[in-house]
Amino acid sequence: MTATEKPSAKYKYIGTRPVRHDGLDKVIGKARFAADLDLTGQLRGVMVRSPHAHAKILSIDTSTAEAMPGVKAVVTGADFPVIDPTDSTHDEAINNIARDEVLYNGHTVAAVAATTIAEARAAAAAVKVEYEVLPAVLSIDESLADGAPIANSTNRTLFTRDTEPSNIASVGPFQRGDVEAGFAAADVVVERTFTTKAVHQGYIEPHACVADVGQDGKATIWASSQGHFAVRSKTAAILGWGTDKIKVTPAEIGGGFGGKTTIYLEPIAVLLSQKAARPVKIVMTREEVLRATGPAPASKIHIKMGATNEGELTTIQGTLHYSNGSAKGYAALTGAMSIASYRFPNLDLMAIGTVDNTPKSAAYRAPSAPQAAFAIETLIDEIANELDMDPIDLRLKNAVVEGDPTAMGAPHPKIGFVETLQAIKDSEHYNSPVPDGVGRGFGTGFWFNIGEQSSATVNLNEDGTATVITGSPDIGGSRASMALMAAEELGLDVHSITPIVADTESVGFTDITEGSRATFATGMAVVNACRELIEQMTQRAAVMRGVDVDQVAWIDGAAIIEGPPSEGAEPLTIKEITGAAKMTGGPLTATASLNAAGAGPSFAAHLADVKVDEETGEVTILRYTAAQDAGTAIHPSYVEGQMQGGSAQGIGWALNEEYIYSGDGVMQNAGFLDYRMPVASDLPMIETIIVEVPNPSHPYGVRGVGETGIVPPIGTLANAIAAATGVRMSELPMSPPNVLKALNEK
Amino acid sequence: MMNRTHVHCTVNGDEVDLLASDDTSLLDALRDELGLSSVKEGCGTGDCGACSITVDGALNCSCLMFAPEAEGRSIGTVEGIAQGDHLHPLQETFLEGAALQCGICTPGFLVAAKVLLDENPSPTETEIRYALAGNLCRCTGYDKIIHAVQEAAVQLSTSNGASK
Repeated sequence: MTATEKPSAKYKYIGTRPVRHDGLDKVIGKARFAADLDLTGQLRGVMVRSPHAHAKILSIDTSTAEAMPGVKAVVTGADFPVIDPTDSTHDEAINNIARDEVLYNGHTVAAVAATTIAEARAAAAAVKVEYEVLPAVLSIDESLADGAPIANSTNRTLFTRDTEPSNIASVGPFQRGDVEAGFAAADVVVERTFTTKAVHQGYIEPHACVADVGQDGKATIWASSQGHFAVRSKTAAILGWGTDKIKVTPAEIGGGFGGKTTIYLEPIAVLLSQKAARPVKIVMTREEVLRATGPAPASKIHIKMGATNEGELTTIQGTLHYSNGSAKGYAALTGAMSIASYRFPNLDLMAIGTVDNTPKSAAYRAPSAPQAAFAIETLIDEIANELDMDPIDLRLKNAVVEGDPTAMGAPHPKIGFVETLQAIKDSEHYNSPVPDGVGRGFGTGFWFNIGEQSSATVNLNEDGTATVITGSPDIGGSRASMALMAAEELGLDVHSITPIVADTESVGFTDITEGSRATFATGMAVVNACRELIEQMTQRAAVMRGVDVDQVAWIDGAAIIEGPPSEGAEPLTIKEITGAAKMTGGPLTATASLNAAGAGPSFAAHLADVKVDEETGEVTILRYTAAQDAGTAIHPSYVEGQMQGGSAQGIGWALNEEYIYSGDGVMQNAGFLDYRMPVASDLPMIETIIVEVPNPSHPYGVRGVGETGIVPPIGTLANAIAAATGVRMSELPMSPPNVLKALNEK
Repeated sequence: MMNRTHVHCTVNGDEVDLLASDDTSLLDALRDELGLSSVKEGCGTGDCGACSITVDGALNCSCLMFAPEAEGRSIGTVEGIAQGDHLHPLQETFLEGAALQCGICTPGFLVAAKVLLDENPSPTETEIRYALAGNLCRCTGYDKIIHAVQEAAVQLSTSNGASK
């Protein structure tokens, strides 16, 4: 099961696998997620949602609803400040509650708070909204069609001075070298168009929050989010309030995967609470989550690629279309930017983001990279087949190393792509014979990772234990990682350290848990705070021993007084130093804040064995191996967990998941029965190989592992299906009907 | 206010009384009336298993039952799995084996896995996968959950079901 058996000789705690600190509450049912909080006098809020994919709101009559039993407050878009479309808050504000125009089926137009959920639902149904239905565009092709209706009248193309509304969100060219010369130098040229549908992040916990506005006009919000400081700033911006008027306390978060980096409920809950002068809880249903919260974008990607007979990739050319849903975004740009794994000397990519009348897309684990990797990894596999080359050898020949350019042109820092490819090449799985009737596929993935701002406070308690306070919501075991790094620094047992995620008033500003950054950036803040504490403790030890601070060294969790051990010069432990703190200057506490630079990109390589039922088109995965460069695995079990979870999500995306719309833009599969995510019986064990090429920009070499794992599976499985059947799938999902159709067209 | 029905049942071994309207799900009654917030609503349609409970020992989705249907029945939730301070071996192996990430699905998985091991003390990997196919986890890819159930089965068989 585990490929790495740590700890290494280098570290005492890092690389071990302690039970996570928040684990006990989660196995006995005590962990409190946002929907688990109830306040005295609490009302329940329910949204009124548009039944149309695109419409003008002519009028909203709330009078009947307001007169219904138990109803204490109703809000509409008119209760919120007008925000100019050029303001960066505009699109998210409008996505929380429509003002004049509804942009997708399920778009919130009003909300009701009542004493019970049943009363709130009844009142929401009684809010009368008069619409003028407008023509809707529901796909990339429809957005781009000549004479297409404008999907969102406030959309202007990003980075332009265009004043006319457009269905184009962004246009981004990426170029280097001379692609025509590259094709002329190529012996093999492959090209194909790939289409993918919108898919949902699929967190099991629906969005939820509780808001309570006090008599002083100050709002307290309990929310499930990937970043409670962002909940504060976004809510403040949408309401036109100061951040000092809002406090956000993070609840446990029941999965996010990027989908909880944005907000949908909090500003509405705050206004309802203010109007009703009572706390308001809003919990989405699953149908609301699927109809109205950000999926990952649909895409249509055309790529043409050339290589020499020796397997040298000479050139890449293509157009990448991504739908941003109902409002502009960066989906296409990040998709093109993620094409960064191979040394194409000549590159010409055009990234075009579109806007349509589907929900505003949101980040999903390495946003936009899986769609692009589906195209790239398929075409490279085709080249390997044509050249009769080993698919890993072909990639090794072209793999980027430190200094090679990404699609944007910036050089890669120190990376471990070659080592990751080699890990699969050396694996028992790769070297085992392919069973009869089975197809084996290989694919890779890349993600940048990011740094951003983090803060940490570390308090040493009077008995020598420690509390590590950060502002990064723990979405996959990061509290354990923080405690492990603090343990390593301080020389304290990991379970003498209590890692907590504090509210917006109890720790310094911290950006969202996104970009695989928590263990990297927030971890670095924890390390810096611990190092400051060690400075303080050596000073205190000097005072306690009556020696010069230069004579005190910090070794293995204790202050060592230089010179021969003599009376009064024994080492001082943390417990002794904290116990005497009152006499030596007061409590020991340290805070560190940073804007982390030097995030380490992470590469992954996956290998799958599949069987394809030629009668039904069903794809069964028999064996799956994932390798990924973690830099350094702080808690290897949770690194494996990220790799396995990302793999499973990628497998679901590849084989089954898709948004299905009716012609008038109503999602037809807004439930877990029909939006079919992988269940345990769909998957094999996911074998993991942790590669460790340390990131030189982090004190322990951390790269961040959260996202890359979702990137390779689609290409990996498409290649495995091609190996099993000879059919190249270029349309997702590779579900039984689609595979069967492709087999029949063979 | 709608008429409410008096419901008498046993929850985790304790006799309880509650009032629930006829269209209140057992899930909502357990959470809102009895404060058993381990029982989670992930879908409300019986597709995710986050609200898994036992009813007279059999696995059920509490979102698919009306509260009055609990009359006279014995309900079990994850709050009733540990024996005092002694965690059930499944709870231990989930912790030791990192079989949870966000933890929202964990109570439902533990309830479902316990029903499996009560009925089949040494299940195969395939039997575990099918027994847990009604429980969605989006974080782990199920790998560590399956391993944790396998490990708990071994521990239970070597200790004859006594607490670890």
